[in-house]
Amino acid sequence: MNARDDSKGGTVRAGYVRPLDIRNGRIDMGHGAGGRAASQLIEEIFLAAFDNPFLRQGNDGASLAIPQGARLVMATDAHVISPLFFPGGDIGALSVHGTVNDVAMMGATPLWLSASFILEEGFPLADLKRIVQSMAAAAREAGVAVVTGDTKVVEQGKGDGVFISTTGVGVVPHGIDVSGAHARPGDVILLSGTVGDHGVAVLSQRESLEFETTIVSDTAALNGLVADMLAACPAIRTLRDPTRGGVATTLNEIARQSGVGMLLDEAAIPVKPEVDAACELLGLDPLYVANEGKLLAIVPADQADAVLAAMRAHPHGADAACIGSVTEDPHHFVQMNTRFGGRRVVDWLSGEQLPRIC
Amino acid sequence: MKYIDEFRDGDVARRIADRLATEARADRQYSFMEFCGGHTHAISRYGVSELLPANVRMIHGPGCPVCVLPIGRVDMAIRLALEHDVIVCTYGDTMRVPASDSLSLTKAKARGGDIRMVYSAADALTVARDNPERQVVFFAIGFETTTPPTALAILRAQREGLKNFSVLCCHVLTPSAITHILESPEVRQYGTVPIDGFIGPAHVSIVIGAAPYEHFAEEYRKPVVIAGFEPLDVMQAILMLVRQVNEGRAHVENEFTRAVDRDGNLAAQQKVSEVFELRPSFEWRGLGEVPYSALKIRPAFAEFDAERRFDVGYTPVADNKACECGAILRGVKKPTDCKIFGTVCTPENPIGSCMVSSEGACAAHYAYGRFKDIPVKVSA
Repeated sequence: MNARDDSKGGTVRAGYVRPLDIRNGRIDMGHGAGGRAASQLIEEIFLAAFDNPFLRQGNDGASLAIPQGARLVMATDAHVISPLFFPGGDIGALSVHGTVNDVAMMGATPLWLSASFILEEGFPLADLKRIVQSMAAAAREAGVAVVTGDTKVVEQGKGDGVFISTTGVGVVPHGIDVSGAHARPGDVILLSGTVGDHGVAVLSQRESLEFETTIVSDTAALNGLVADMLAACPAIRTLRDPTRGGVATTLNEIARQSGVGMLLDEAAIPVKPEVDAACELLGLDPLYVANEGKLLAIVPADQADAVLAAMRAHPHGADAACIGSVTEDPHHFVQMNTRFGGRRVVDWLSGEQLPRIC
Repeated sequence: MKYIDEFRDGDVARRIADRLATEARADRQYSFMEFCGGHTHAISRYGVSELLPANVRMIHGPGCPVCVLPIGRVDMAIRLALEHDVIVCTYGDTMRVPASDSLSLTKAKARGGDIRMVYSAADALTVARDNPERQVVFFAIGFETTTPPTALAILRAQREGLKNFSVLCCHVLTPSAITHILESPEVRQYGTVPIDGFIGPAHVSIVIGAAPYEHFAEEYRKPVVIAGFEPLDVMQAILMLVRQVNEGRAHVENEFTRAVDRDGNLAAQQKVSEVFELRPSFEWRGLGEVPYSALKIRPAFAEFDAERRFDVGYTPVADNKACECGAILRGVKKPTDCKIFGTVCTPENPIGSCMVSSEGACAAHYAYGRFKDIPVKVSA
């Protein structure tokens, strides 16, 4: 039992600090001043959730033992999202998944994360605790440790509740060389599941747009799926998660990086009917809507079946499909045979995807 | 998706394509204009033109609401936000239309203007209710499809006695634009733009009905087929146009019977005429001044007219000299005839309005059709 600071003559134990009032408390400028308040916030919210030997050392940074001869991969991602909580996830889980996936898409096994928080004065402690606990759960599930971090507080009106930046470090197993520059004509393009779930789930919660939907974000760590795929085929050429800009933009990036073209088959691209319907209503194209738990893989044609089987055997790849192939094309166009029987270019996303008027 | 997939069926498309190939006479060219941006978008997105015989050409018309919005009108909205400290609400596509001084509503927002994207006129009304201390202007654009919701918003604002809501009305009319194109010298006198018929608007026709097009069919001897915005609607409408041309007929036919009848939505028409009256003339981007082609708010609703409430006069602004949007909107030129297409003028940095909305002829061609300009070997 904690000692209580009451006036009925009971003594207060020496060194007692009244815990944070999680239920009603809010972030104030003092939490960012580096003094006792900051230290208490770190201990009671961050350390309590992320607890691990690196953090327990209490140093300014983490000292990491690197396997001999290993190649390291490092990736960083800043997370700003509105709303902070959405069906299927929240900014906390997203900030872990986003960075873990960026590391995994290099063919690496993600091991360590750093996390830095920019908090807005007035942000409810209860929301912060919920976000941090969700981050911790996501990290545990992905098998990574949050080994170092930082917190800053900005005045009210100068932030949007909370921004989270994470950096991930991972180790590439021997013999694996995955890169966006490795796609070759004749290769096959695989997609791990349905497109557009995350973007539509988030849109459905926007203040101006609330519509009832059963769609939940697909946010997930994909390192387990990647490990199974690489075990089935170490020669995978390219892995990438189609986040902002969607599948269309990601494939255009790869086409340019590898100096190739692509030809997709619209009928083969899995889209949930609810997502399709929401996009139809809002005038959006699911190919440009963000995903947070999907990956695109480019693999040599003769190994496509093996990789596809490995994907489908994993829970995050159950709906995996072969959606097209890599072509020779000096203009690096991504083209698509439409379900309708025509052919068209699938271009980069330009600007923000805005709804049409008519 | 039920009621949608049926109209995007590839097998049916193939059958219509086969019939078109049989029925289109090899000894002549067919040029049809799809008036609406919605049709342009469907044609490009689904690759419809790939399925047409080589002698059937589609000309993209001026029916893209943001494409025909003149620079001076966007300038007015920007001035309202930046100089009059007004909250400006508008539809998504409008945000990116290039205006004077390299601005657009998106860029004016970055300079501190309170400019908000809304999904409906009713949302703009909500913004006004939620911000009683601020003036809120709904920048209303579009054809007859978007006009009734604006009329309803004004009627409701009046009923609620809202003192901080007004509308910058830029609504335009489809039939006058079609007349303008048919009266243009390229079509009427020189015949340099051969138009054999029109695919008539989908959503616009739900509101105004099929009757307003009967005049074109009769007076100009041009067949009109009203069609829905799904790709099969477009294919079927093209087949119906080819048949009319072959038979020497010029009638208004309705492919979009599941939504359009001869009279249209009478309740919507009544609300529109209660709130709006004809402007004697209105400038269209690309077409210039077109007589009786737009609406303004009636004097009875003057307090909801942003042009009366604020001191923002209209100043016409000429298009960039290199821009061919005008000729493209009239069907005189194709996007690829424009020197700055795809180089200086791209969807990221639109110079002309046809590059702004995915319904615009240039943006649609850039985004979906460019591969046809540079033949590409597909080895897979």
